[in-house]
Amino acid sequence: MSNEDTSRLIVVLLRGAVDGLSVVIPYADEAYYRERQSIAIAPPGKPDGALALDGHFGLHPALASLLPLWSERRLAFVHAAGSPDPTRSHFDAQLYLENGTPGQGTTRDGWMNRLLLALPGPRGATDAISIGSTVPRILAGRAPVATLPLGPNGAQPLPIDQPEIANAFDRLYAGNDDLAKSYRQGRAARAQLIGALSKERRIADNGAPPPAGFPGQVTRLAQLIRRHPAVRVAAIGLGGWDTHINQGNHNGQLADHLRPLGEGLAALARGSGEAWRDTVVVVLSEFGRTFRENGNRGTDHGHGNVIWVLGGAVDGGRVCGNWPGLAPTQLYERRDLAVTTDFRTVLATILERHMRLGDRELEAVLPGAPPAPQNLAAIIPG
Amino acid sequence: MCRGARGRSGFHRFFLERFAGCAVAAALAIAVPMLLAAGAEQVSDRVVLHLLNRLAFGPSLEEVRQVKTIGVERYIAEQLDPDSIPEPIELRWRLAQLETLRLNPVQLRQLYGPLRILRGFKPNPELEKAQRERVRIILRDASEARVLKALLSPRQLQEVMVDFWFNHFNVFSGKGLDDVWIGNYEQQAIRPFVLGRFRDLLFATTKHPAMLVYLDNALSTAPGSPGARGRQKGLNENFAREVMELHTLGADGGYTQEDVVTLARVLTGWGVNPPDARVFPGHAAVFEGARHDYSPKVFLGRPLQSSGKGEGEEALDILARSPATARHIGFELAQYFVADEPPPGLVERLAARFVESDGNIREVLKTLFASKEFWESKGAKYKTPYQFVISAVRAAGTPVGNVRPLIGAMDQLGMPLFGCLTPDGYKNTEDAWLSPDATTRRISFATALVGANPKVAGAARAVDTGRLEAIFGSSLSDATRTAIKESPKGLHAALILGSPDFMRR
Repeated sequence: MSNEDTSRLIVVLLRGAVDGLSVVIPYADEAYYRERQSIAIAPPGKPDGALALDGHFGLHPALASLLPLWSERRLAFVHAAGSPDPTRSHFDAQLYLENGTPGQGTTRDGWMNRLLLALPGPRGATDAISIGSTVPRILAGRAPVATLPLGPNGAQPLPIDQPEIANAFDRLYAGNDDLAKSYRQGRAARAQLIGALSKERRIADNGAPPPAGFPGQVTRLAQLIRRHPAVRVAAIGLGGWDTHINQGNHNGQLADHLRPLGEGLAALARGSGEAWRDTVVVVLSEFGRTFRENGNRGTDHGHGNVIWVLGGAVDGGRVCGNWPGLAPTQLYERRDLAVTTDFRTVLATILERHMRLGDRELEAVLPGAPPAPQNLAAIIPG
Repeated sequence: MCRGARGRSGFHRFFLERFAGCAVAAALAIAVPMLLAAGAEQVSDRVVLHLLNRLAFGPSLEEVRQVKTIGVERYIAEQLDPDSIPEPIELRWRLAQLETLRLNPVQLRQLYGPLRILRGFKPNPELEKAQRERVRIILRDASEARVLKALLSPRQLQEVMVDFWFNHFNVFSGKGLDDVWIGNYEQQAIRPFVLGRFRDLLFATTKHPAMLVYLDNALSTAPGSPGARGRQKGLNENFAREVMELHTLGADGGYTQEDVVTLARVLTGWGVNPPDARVFPGHAAVFEGARHDYSPKVFLGRPLQSSGKGEGEEALDILARSPATARHIGFELAQYFVADEPPPGLVERLAARFVESDGNIREVLKTLFASKEFWESKGAKYKTPYQFVISAVRAAGTPVGNVRPLIGAMDQLGMPLFGCLTPDGYKNTEDAWLSPDATTRRISFATALVGANPKVAGAARAVDTGRLEAIFGSSLSDATRTAIKESPKGLHAALILGSPDFMRR
């Protein structure tokens, strides 16, 4: 594999709109406790309280596994970030997050695929990985993308791995259409990645299987990029964030989803070895949730959210962005956290300073992304 | 009708049953432009395959022969009138074994729902765990019924429409009590209406406890109303938004955030009866007036005339009859049956037919199947994992013993049955499903299926290659035919079912 630039971007999509005000909690805003009677998280220092980040914000206690990364300054947050498009439809908002053109549903390819095309050098079959059995919109497009279901059985042998069967199908899929291309990418990806994974598995963990769910998937992803640093981009989607009822507070539904997410991200940092130095992970969601708790101890579809940025290439330990406040007049449509940072600005900062895209490439990947203010740019020292 | 094991006599018997029951079908004349000139006996293989790829889950040898015998128009007319088609006794017998399908929502909750404290008796954790194990039978029965019918029912269009409408009105078996109600939801709220009136589907799904729980309307309550307390103190917008965005008007259907809130208020009180309710005993879904918002409302620019439960029905009627809904449904049908990017002219015609016929789905489908666009779109659709797995087993004619390996294959391909978490349901477009992993896994499934690996499809014998060649022989592309010719005979069946031709419909 090439030993050129190995800067790497991993995107975690929280589908269903995570409640960012419960992830990075504005405990210093008194309105927060007034409007969220049953779902608020106590301030730092109180029992089951938030974990202090700075004088204003605290981290959800279910994300305690991320605190070491925070103290090493490898984790930053951008609060009140989101889309310039006002939609509260999950499906439209996810489309814009993935195609990178808010308000324009007609853009067919994903910005991560355009990123692949913009990176210099020939593209191998395994430069981009979708963790799962399908290619999400964010990775869809002309550049090849390997799909890897990294569940417990994802690397098990299939009939197609047997040479006599593969030979016959190689002839059948020799053409140049989309199906034939996907077939060849699938064969190449299996050959390279499944091999790397099974070797790695024998060495790592003394045979102990990785945990189930997200932590297990990203533990395998970490093994993969450690052995196979040519992986430049990867994306994984996680569902279960649409907490219209019984959201919970320090424990409950949301906490139960955040805990494995935090543990998985910590495992990714630990498990990717040297490759972590060149890695940036972004965690984002299509929009935030209503500031006020609804009538069922949950929250409805809102607007602004928090974006998480972590990795060996991050200078973190701070909550960036421009906090708009939570007073009624400061809320978007008097109900949601306002958006003061365009999500594309956060992504563009990473693409420019970490993935080393020039202005022209950047414009092709994320057209019209507003430039980053100084305090945001600083989280990627480059 | 696709059992490979069935002998000739069974086949003839089936035909006799069929002809006895379908006088109605002959009366329905459908104009199929390109076929009018051709007599039934001259129907080309490609036309027959196209028809069965779209109105059915792909061809079986028996159905290919049947279409060639009765002709395309008659096949379509019969499929649009499924009650005229007798179901094989074996299928009926196997469905009859699935007892949870015959229980109503109240019985289901009593027998399979979480254990409750009764007269001070508190269930211990072991009992609760046993009950959680017990409830799994519901999903198993629902899955088995769905797959058996998709494979074996001669009422194929009905099964195709169940797939279509279930995804349109998706609920997820993992949400709340929906693990108890998922099978009943399909039986009661989807199946009876798949070729009927859209309004009936909308009402049946909206009023089913599985939907009321899935999209949280069951808890939505007018703030300050007499029934507002505990977990049900105020509004929940979830269902109101999705019913407009996904079920009726579509995301660009012209409603505002204010309409979402208004509809949520209109639907306050549409919920689920507690197990020990004194009012409406025996009903799982109820309208609870004590939690309803009785203030006057303007919805989509129109003042609502009714109040209470009738107000919700009035609002649903407005949605069911809106031209935006007609366009949305027309688009989705054309996308499912014709092309990922459906021809706008066809969508317009389907929408117009929808409006004229007051949302009669059968009429809209007639227009669709008679359209030039439908007949010119051969092979344009990439199969979903569900369509791929079902069509492979039907074509192979593999005896269907245990369906669980097939359900496992759908999981592996990223489309677990009844497992779509989000209310938009599974997509049926190529960009959602075509992936390197999908291709290698589909090929592997096809290979295992015809290799009679009992772990994959419960097959007891290797598949007869001659059968597959009789179905597909003349319609395979030159490239596929050449590749097959150059390969060992033992792989021919696998190559047909794993071919690019078979990935599409």
